[in-house]
Amino acid sequence: MKALRNFVDKIKPAFEKDGKLHMLHSTFDAFETFLFVPNHVTKKGTHIRDCNDMKRVMIVVVIALLPALLFGMFNVGLQHFRAIGLPDTGIWECFWFGFLKVLPIILVSYIVGLGIEFAFAQMRGHEVNEGFLVTGMLIPLVMPVDIPLWMVAVATAFSVIIGKEVFGGTGMNVFNPALLARAFIFFAYTPFISGEKVWVAGLTKGEGIVDGFSGATPLSDVANALAEGAKTVNWSNASTPWDWFVGTIPGSIGETSTIAILIGAAILLYTGVASWRVMLSVFAGGYLMGLVFNLIGANVAMDFPAWQHLIVGGFAFGAVFMATDPVTAPQTNVGKVIGGFLIGVIAVMIRVVNPGYPEGMMLAILFMNALSPLIDYYVVQANISRRNRRLKLAGK
Amino acid sequence: MSEKEKEPMFSAKIWKLLTSPFNQNNPITVQILGICSALAVTAKLKPAFVMALSVTIVTACSSFIISLIRKSIPSRIRIIVQLVVVAALVILVDQVLKAFVYDVSKQLSVFVGLIITNCIIMGRIEAFALGNKPWASFVDGAGNGLGYGMILIILGFFRELLGAGTLWGYQVIPDSWYVANGGFYSNNGLMLLPPMALICVGIIIWIQRSRNKSLIEK
Repeated sequence: MKALRNFVDKIKPAFEKDGKLHMLHSTFDAFETFLFVPNHVTKKGTHIRDCNDMKRVMIVVVIALLPALLFGMFNVGLQHFRAIGLPDTGIWECFWFGFLKVLPIILVSYIVGLGIEFAFAQMRGHEVNEGFLVTGMLIPLVMPVDIPLWMVAVATAFSVIIGKEVFGGTGMNVFNPALLARAFIFFAYTPFISGEKVWVAGLTKGEGIVDGFSGATPLSDVANALAEGAKTVNWSNASTPWDWFVGTIPGSIGETSTIAILIGAAILLYTGVASWRVMLSVFAGGYLMGLVFNLIGANVAMDFPAWQHLIVGGFAFGAVFMATDPVTAPQTNVGKVIGGFLIGVIAVMIRVVNPGYPEGMMLAILFMNALSPLIDYYVVQANISRRNRRLKLAGK
Repeated sequence: MSEKEKEPMFSAKIWKLLTSPFNQNNPITVQILGICSALAVTAKLKPAFVMALSVTIVTACSSFIISLIRKSIPSRIRIIVQLVVVAALVILVDQVLKAFVYDVSKQLSVFVGLIITNCIIMGRIEAFALGNKPWASFVDGAGNGLGYGMILIILGFFRELLGAGTLWGYQVIPDSWYVANGGFYSNNGLMLLPPMALICVGIIIWIQRSRNKSLIEK
């Protein structure tokens, strides 16, 4: 550690003003503050600072994502070996297979995203923003495993440039960049991120797949039953709600396991990085909307039990990691509750009313991202008028 | 007509009227006019080109005609007079399109008729043709139509190339690249949707302003 510090101090002068590598100063700054706690002091007013700056907050989120990531790697292998008729393959073999499949996606996402971030920081002469540390990890987790890597690269570039840099970088973006990347692929390259084949490695090529194995997610099972007009849903591979909760089902890499996501949620809540208001109200909104549909009960999709909505598809993942994004969620406490609640309601509504779009969670969060400033505005206005009324009463 | 009012057909002033809409004064990227049709008709290059041509003809001719009769139009009813002229030209263009390029005319559907409401045309008539001579008005209208058309063709080029892999209806990207044929490539379906066209217009504006700093608002 000491040697590293000495090395950083030794090369530092080259990047200062007048140094010959000054043009790369923001790159240097990014790595220095990544490695060591910066010794910046506040210039104005009185502030209490601790070492927990943006970079460390972001790292906490990445740590919280690890359970979902590790389980996702294992599940990629598990689904693959089930598909080719070797369901008894060992845990480590599954994990290793999934690791090799997922690692390239992570690398592409980080290299493309950070490359663009560094280039923009360099051109505009500001520090490199930390936001991409999390985004770069979220993007692979919401991708199907068989996605072509160049699509990941294009989508990452789109979300970083159009979703973030044009608005002024991290902290200014209207939409969650990771979801924007997914939405981009969803609308641009639809066949690669929807349907029943893409969620299991190797299924699109269709070599050596055993009879009877289906790559359908529970939500697409529901959609199929609805399309056929069936009374009951025929769950593919005989999966049960317990499987959905544990996560041994086909799906995007990181979204299948509710358990792993809940571990991540615990880390986020314990460290105070994510807002419990948002998380709780998303789940509450989804559950209540599910109950309403259960009461109507006109078809199979409406009969899908409310609590099961919370553990299939991207619902839990979106609620814990996407909806709580501090930049795009509402800033006021009341706003967080309202925004979160509506995300849950809209997500379940899209799933049930239009089962052709199992991506309800993604669309719901992006939609509410757009409405966040509006919600905040009305919450603040309501507060102002309430205090005005109190002031008038006190004046009488 | 006195001698000093005569000027050469292509004086510097006239030349500027023709060229400034291409950059400094582009109707779409600077004045933000005519966005609606620019998003609607540019999914393919051919309709974009036909639309660009039609709008150029209508803008140039209507500016010319209005400028000819500008001194006899009562100012209170000038809008209705302008509309009559523009509508007549649009109907002419529409009939010509239907007669000679029927398939494109069908693709453009209502947007040919909606040239009447294109803000660029009324804008040029109101802002320029009512106060200038016919030839200058004609050049001004043509310049603005071409500036509009240039953006349309740029949009159409990229949207058709990336969205459908074709240009002017001909396959450009080799068939063997596609995933269905064992390749790696896939068309970007988002390019064919109007929202992406708006983003493309935004990118053009971005590039233009980074090259031409005087356009950046304070």
